[in-house]
Amino acid sequence: MAGILIYSDKDNLALELLTVARLIADARGLEVKVACINNASQSNLLSAAGVRVYKIENPAVIPADVATVAAALKEASGQLDCSIVLLSSNRRGRELAGRLAQMLGAGCLTDISAVKVEGEQIHCQRNALGGATVATQYIDGDKQVLVIVPRAFTPASAQDGGSIVELAVEVLPSRVKLLEFRAKDSSSVDIEEAPVLVVVGQGLNSQEDLASVESLAKKLGGEVACSKPLATDKKWLPEDRVVGLSGKKCQPDLAVLLGISGQVQFTVGIRDAQVMVAVNSDENAYIHQIADYSMVADLHQVVKELNDALA
Amino acid sequence: MNVVVAMKQIPDLQQIRIRNRQPVLEDVPWTLGAIDKNALEAAVQIKEAQGGKVVLLSAGNEELEDTAKEALAAGADEALLIIDDELDKLGSAEVARILAAAIQRIEKVDLIIFGEGSGDNYSGQVGSRVAEILGLPQLGYASAIEVQEDSLRVSRSLEDGEELVELGLPAVVTVISGINEPRIASVTQILKAGKKPKEILEIGDLGLDLVDICPIKTESNLAPESDRKRVAVKTVDELVAALKGENLIGR
Ligand SMILES: Cc1cc2nc3c(=O)[nH]c(=O)nc-3n(C[C@H](O)[C@H](O)[C@H](O)COP(=O)(O)OP(=O)(O)OC[C@H]3O[C@@H](n4cnc5c(N)ncnc54)[C@H](O)[C@@H]3O)c2cc1C
Repeated sequence: MAGILIYSDKDNLALELLTVARLIADARGLEVKVACINNASQSNLLSAAGVRVYKIENPAVIPADVATVAAALKEASGQLDCSIVLLSSNRRGRELAGRLAQMLGAGCLTDISAVKVEGEQIHCQRNALGGATVATQYIDGDKQVLVIVPRAFTPASAQDGGSIVELAVEVLPSRVKLLEFRAKDSSSVDIEEAPVLVVVGQGLNSQEDLASVESLAKKLGGEVACSKPLATDKKWLPEDRVVGLSGKKCQPDLAVLLGISGQVQFTVGIRDAQVMVAVNSDENAYIHQIADYSMVADLHQVVKELNDALA
Repeated sequence: MNVVVAMKQIPDLQQIRIRNRQPVLEDVPWTLGAIDKNALEAAVQIKEAQGGKVVLLSAGNEELEDTAKEALAAGADEALLIIDDELDKLGSAEVARILAAAIQRIEKVDLIIFGEGSGDNYSGQVGSRVAEILGLPQLGYASAIEVQEDSLRVSRSLEDGEELVELGLPAVVTVISGINEPRIASVTQILKAGKKPKEILEIGDLGLDLVDICPIKTESNLAPESDRKRVAVKTVDELVAALKGENLIGR
């Protein structure tokens, strides 16, 4: 039976893709099929979610070389009669998406945050113009690679009826050699889960000032996050704390934005917060226009006073 | 070492206004993608260390000659521009075919560098598509590039770690913004930029057949609705009271 093929190297993301795939499959009368590449535990996990897993074991397929992964998925989608492939929009998934779409002659949309089947078309929402707008788009054609933002859908839960079958695919030898993988010492803090975020931007004077921001976040029952330059240019905080288009999309109950100008690539990651507070010394900063409560003030002074008030 | 840098012409996002949830693009000046400037800087640094040249490759509308000056001033040696007003309407699949066809006209290309995503659409497909069309190995999300004799050592920055990877040349690499700090061109460089060699083509010159592509159609493109309270607070006490009122403090 014709199907939708899903693949992610990350277990939780593969389960999220399964949720999206079922939504499309139900509307279209298709069967959901999962490709698991050199990953026995993921095969078991997904089959326990009630889906047919195609287990690909081939040491020539290596994640560091997306060309090999794309070649394997192209073979799989052909053998399994799947013209729609779902991937996840993390860095690996996005890099893979373009290569696979080109191999398949498919259209491709990345960073999809919502999906709706409208007759023959699969309408997908994604940010456009750097996040200033949200576009609804679809691929006009049979061959589609749809790349879904992490956490936009709930992971599929356990369900009966799954199975695992082996699938043989041939790929050309890799031209990319992995020499070393260094795990990032992630802060083990997940800003997407925090009910309160205190988000600092380039208005912060120094790395030393982070201590008082941390303490404010704790008092508010939340975590510290930041704008991109604070992590990528100044390197004061790890990259997994970045809010925005290339960072994380967060929906806390409360977001306190300190020394942030409010450019779209940032605000796209925080505009779903329930309540937004902005502190910026420039009264013309755009962030004031999109806040519930805004203060034209020096953030360091405000942090100090808030820490005292909440002591 | 001949390096091609592909840069996207985009509307200056800072200057886009929203009216009735619609983006207003009239009179918005054109610029080059922010991360594409990191790609250019990476290319110029490689050229400075290894010799060779940096070719700017861009496809855009009739303003492109002007938009591209900035990159020629910031270190590109020459430009290959595909100018066609159709380009504003084309998607990643079409643009990748156009860029790949243009690259095939450049003699002896060792390395092709892209930004990890464009400033406006941030789709991140074109680099991978071009690598596939040209049959080249690729590496995305580079945070450092080291050139060896006929290979590259590149650090790829992922959400959960850094991969150190070796790949042979020629290759396609996409970079993240953290890889470097793009230089600001001096006045003399800006003045000289106009005199650097440029080749200008139209899509028709590339002999492509773009009919077999599954195109992207846009149903709507609107700014999200926002209904923020926009209360100006003067003191921290006022702020604390407001947050208590929202039941956000002392829960
Ligand atoms: C493709 C792309 C993707 C991007 N993705 C992201 C992303 O995911 N996340 C992100 O954040 N950015 C992203 N950016 C960058 C984004 O465009 C902005 O450059 C960035 O968000 C600006 O960060 P900022 O507001 O901290 O700094 P600035 O714009 O420099 O603003 C600092 C603000 O602090 C205020 N200030 C200064 N001193 C004080 C003080 N003492 N007290 C109070 N206020 C003060 C200033 O008035 C100013 O408004 C992206 C850009 C591109 C092109």
